[in-house]
Amino acid sequence: METTATASTAIQAGQTTPKRKFSYSPNRVAHTLNKLGLGYFAPFARLIGKDEPAKQIREIVTNTVLPVVAFLIFVALWAITASTVKTDSVQIPTPHQSWYALTGTAIPGFPHPFPESIDGLTKPYFSENDGLDPKSINGFTQAETVAEETYFTSRQERVDKFMDRSKEAAAEGDPVKAAKYKENAEMFASKSYAGNKTFYDQIWISLLTVAIGFIIATVVAVPIGVLCGVSPMFNIAMNPLIQLFKPVSPLAWFPIVFVITTWGIDAPPSDSIWQRALFTSAGVVMLCSLWPTLINTAVGVASVDKDHLNVAKVLKLGWFKRIWKIVLPASLPLIFTGLRLSIGVGWMVLIAADMMAQNQGLGKFVWDMYQNGDIMSTAQIIVAVFVIGAVGFALDRVMLVFQRLVTFEEQSI
Amino acid sequence: MKTKRTTLIATAAAALVAATGTLKADLLDVEKGTLKFGFIKLTDCAPIVIAKEKGYFDDEGLSVTVEAQGNWKELLNRVITGDLDGAHMLAGQPIGATVEFGIQADIMTAYSLDYNGNAITVSNDLWAKMKPNVPMKDGKPIHPITADSLKPITDAAVAENNKLKMGMVFPVSTHNYEIRYWLASAGIKPGFYYNPATGQVDVPGFLNGDVELSVTPPPQMPQTLEQGTIVGYCVGEPWNQQAVVKGIGVPVTTNYDIWKNNPEKVFGVSKEWAEANPNTWIAVTKALIRAGHWLDASPENRVEAAKILSQPNYVGAPFEVISSSMTGTFEFEKGDKREMPDFNVFFRYNASYPYYSDCVWFLTQMIRWGQITEQKPDSYFKEMAEKIYRPDVYMAAVKELIDDGAFTEEDFTDATATFEAGGYKPETTDFIDRKPYDGTKPNAYIQSFNIGLK
Repeated sequence: METTATASTAIQAGQTTPKRKFSYSPNRVAHTLNKLGLGYFAPFARLIGKDEPAKQIREIVTNTVLPVVAFLIFVALWAITASTVKTDSVQIPTPHQSWYALTGTAIPGFPHPFPESIDGLTKPYFSENDGLDPKSINGFTQAETVAEETYFTSRQERVDKFMDRSKEAAAEGDPVKAAKYKENAEMFASKSYAGNKTFYDQIWISLLTVAIGFIIATVVAVPIGVLCGVSPMFNIAMNPLIQLFKPVSPLAWFPIVFVITTWGIDAPPSDSIWQRALFTSAGVVMLCSLWPTLINTAVGVASVDKDHLNVAKVLKLGWFKRIWKIVLPASLPLIFTGLRLSIGVGWMVLIAADMMAQNQGLGKFVWDMYQNGDIMSTAQIIVAVFVIGAVGFALDRVMLVFQRLVTFEEQSI
Repeated sequence: MKTKRTTLIATAAAALVAATGTLKADLLDVEKGTLKFGFIKLTDCAPIVIAKEKGYFDDEGLSVTVEAQGNWKELLNRVITGDLDGAHMLAGQPIGATVEFGIQADIMTAYSLDYNGNAITVSNDLWAKMKPNVPMKDGKPIHPITADSLKPITDAAVAENNKLKMGMVFPVSTHNYEIRYWLASAGIKPGFYYNPATGQVDVPGFLNGDVELSVTPPPQMPQTLEQGTIVGYCVGEPWNQQAVVKGIGVPVTTNYDIWKNNPEKVFGVSKEWAEANPNTWIAVTKALIRAGHWLDASPENRVEAAKILSQPNYVGAPFEVISSSMTGTFEFEKGDKREMPDFNVFFRYNASYPYYSDCVWFLTQMIRWGQITEQKPDSYFKEMAEKIYRPDVYMAAVKELIDDGAFTEEDFTDATATFEAGGYKPETTDFIDRKPYDGTKPNAYIQSFNIGLK
């Protein structure tokens, strides 16, 4: 009886909790934001909570105005450079040209950045494409969407045609042919659009490649790092190899990884996302990015507090349990520092790896645009540079959150 | 009003029929329905791109992805490893691979993508030095410009021990043989890959040369020329017109003048792939023939093709640059724009047929410059040509196309006649030096050169 009573009180309590007046704690929100690497928004949170408004506004202005001013100065310098650094065959695109290369439309009020490319192409070519220049990134993406729709229309026509022929053959009393045509129609119906990769597809492929490389690197580096940290002998044995391979450039790893993937992976169907080039590229990323994790893990494990290890001794924990319960948790902050460095290195070498392996990621995009040799394609490379930077920054922030979650004391890294 | 609408419907119906053109006969049983083809950013990849964009591959039940490759070596590697099902290849590539120059792999071709399409461009400085030696008429150079005008300059450079450096795109590329032919026809030694007297093999091919020819990927040619690393190059379009448009160089001669209607690129597949996918190969060839035919059918089609090729995922160069040569004109010195209706030929003159004699010509040049280090009997050439070039597959595709009703027998009279007569072109003197070439007598041809190993 008594248990039921307690349960009912609990339910009542449960019902009342959400009704409790919501209290906004600016401090706690600001703290969480800081922890998530979104410290920029902390003053906004405090401002909402009316926590020293004047100070918050000052902070927001400083945090916003300074970077914006710096960025504007950068854009101005860029525009000046672009009009100076120019030869007969190449030039640095202007900010406006780069904007156009991304969006496919000029900024209203400014002169068109690529007058020539408009003259060459007849009007309908643009109107078919919602007025976006089909050579720009968004214009190309738009054109791909249209092409895909057109493809499905023509696919349906093929299917219908063969279905009709199948019916005709059946009516003429030729079941073998009828079955054959039906099979043909089904074959057409099963086809998917073999499209061209757009810039946005290529960003995803790059992220996928880095994810694969990074996961394999982690799986390899953490255990070796733990062993290095636990056993000084093992550390001495591994040290020359680590020091030797750590500084090697991705361009040098590529031919070796290429041989391994060619040997180890069967050529996949061409519409599969798991292309051999993707694994070659991921392999190169893995080889270049495992070192920071490995070294940080080793250092972290080696510097675990002696008191913790003594506790393990007192509790008579086995070797595996000691690593799992004591050593790994204690060295997590350093492991995550290593992982954060690793993902940075991985993203940085990815572009080179993609170029060499012809993996359909951002590196291939940059290489293809370089080969196009058109001023618009150079402008697209500038867009790619910004995107590569932005994605790299985002990856770093994500890792920072993980790093802070496993770190007990406040660390400012 | 009503009539207008009926016409519209009729046009739409006609377009529909055109779109799904060859559905009269039965489809081939293709072994592999999803394919990936590679190409290099050059206008002569057009048949592959058009076959995709116009849905000719789709008509055969093939889903084809077309992917730009970094350079010729990479492209060939990926065909060999099976990452690519087939590719736009230099005519010399299947031959070079099969005779083990550079890399060993059996590569075959059943479709010649185009004729001509290359030119030799020199830097503005070199042109200024060459121009006084060039015979003129009405203030314009008389074409073809031979390397005679270059000879005094290379002689002086050799005397100063400062050989001129020029670029070509690949050791087994047509460009390499063309620029060598052009130079040698004026008595300039372009350098050998092998010295029979000492047995020395030289991988870059500089031995005893008056100039140094090195490899540069096509899209990088204009930049390399502008940076002064090379003073001239032989490359396909659009990279010669690009030099004119940007004012960094002057095309002096086209390969149409060096050898009229010479084979340029082929569609190559590996032997392994060909054996595993015989019907697919025929189906692909059918689509390519339709594309080649479309490209040569009208000037409007060429403009449309130039537009498609200027897309960033294909050639990506500006439309004006691509359309300049694609639409039958070629600009030499700035302002000296000449009619060259046959600068790019995809289908006319039986251009898509894989002639044995074309294969043999490349083999003779490989021996001439020492890429093949031994002299071979005439029978070797025939054997190799029959191994690499597969007109039987081409003719099977032709038969299918005629059965489909998309083409008539008259469209392929030349191809049929050639096939029945043994697959060789008759003797021709269409070279810049008027030297006769008969594909059935390769050794006699090799002997006829003043400069060259024999």
